[in-house]
Amino acid sequence: MRKYIISSIFFLFITGIVVSCQNQETIDLQNYMSNGKDIYKNKCQNCHGENGEGLGQLAPPLTDSVFLKANKSRLACIIKNGANESLIVHGKEYKEKMPAFPELADIDVAQVMVYVTNSFGNKQGFVPYSQVSKDLQNCKIP
Amino acid sequence: MNKITIYLATSLLAVSIFTACKQEKKLPFYGERHAETVKDATGKEKIDTVYQTIPDWSFLNQDSVVTTNKATDGKIYIADFFFTSCTTICPTMHRNLMTVYNDFKTNPDVMFVSHTIDFKYDKPHVLKKYAQKLGVDGPKWQFLYGTKDSVYTLAEKNYLVAVGEDSTAKDGYIHQGYLVLIDKDRRIRGAYDGTKADQVEQLKKDIPVLLAEYKK
Repeated sequence: MRKYIISSIFFLFITGIVVSCQNQETIDLQNYMSNGKDIYKNKCQNCHGENGEGLGQLAPPLTDSVFLKANKSRLACIIKNGANESLIVHGKEYKEKMPAFPELADIDVAQVMVYVTNSFGNKQGFVPYSQVSKDLQNCKIP
Repeated sequence: MNKITIYLATSLLAVSIFTACKQEKKLPFYGERHAETVKDATGKEKIDTVYQTIPDWSFLNQDSVVTTNKATDGKIYIADFFFTSCTTICPTMHRNLMTVYNDFKTNPDVMFVSHTIDFKYDKPHVLKKYAQKLGVDGPKWQFLYGTKDSVYTLAEKNYLVAVGEDSTAKDGYIHQGYLVLIDKDRRIRGAYDGTKADQVEQLKKDIPVLLAEYKK
């Protein structure tokens, strides 16, 4: 009987550890998502809208998963340095200039990028800060 | 029998009190006011309140046509101040104002007037492009260009909206995001923060109230 109790407690203990120990990446993703949302509200929402819907032909929507995927390594550069070329989003051309946000640190860019690519119907998963830093070093300076 | 009569009388009284209290909603008047002695139609003198009104104006619109206050004659309109390269509050203001525009697009008594405060860059053809990209076409929503002096004075003195150049601001200008509701007699009847969805909803409710004042 005693053996039975001890082994069941031990079993419960192990289960508890496994359940509480979420994947580190999931925790990071949640972190990035919540910080990214704040940055989005402050820097992006004015033009791109609360739900990433964009504004007429002035600002493109952020709901084109195909565009986001195809330009994945460029997204960080666009967020930080803005855009001054025409972009095709959802089959429509957008030519307005996007302002640069030089005040954003690499980690901010990573967080807001993860937020955008995992909101508004997008689900592209986690991108670590180290990858974003690398992307930012390879930006073409306009 | 007597009791019934009393009941009936009280309930009638109650009903009449309630209906008497029901006053039609009227929008407030903004700005300065003063009392003036005026003569009514019969020549009798009486004292009346005179409210602040929007003075005559004349600007170039998005089609480079000289547009004056005559364009808004007999209409109520919503005025605001913005500039096309603004990346802070203007996109939100105009996103919200677009929803008002779409609601009242077919109402001939409602107009929209947006003044640019960027007198250097926002020439009529820039405004035209902006309007088209926003999704606005036709004369119902006027985008107006004027000199710094004329626009800034109109904003601050008459529409009571603060505007200004500011080299420390990200886009070079600062301004308030009010949507100002003007009645057919050019008086200010409402000011709504165009960046706040709930205030824009209130504007949508107030427009029919203001229009109803003129239906009598």
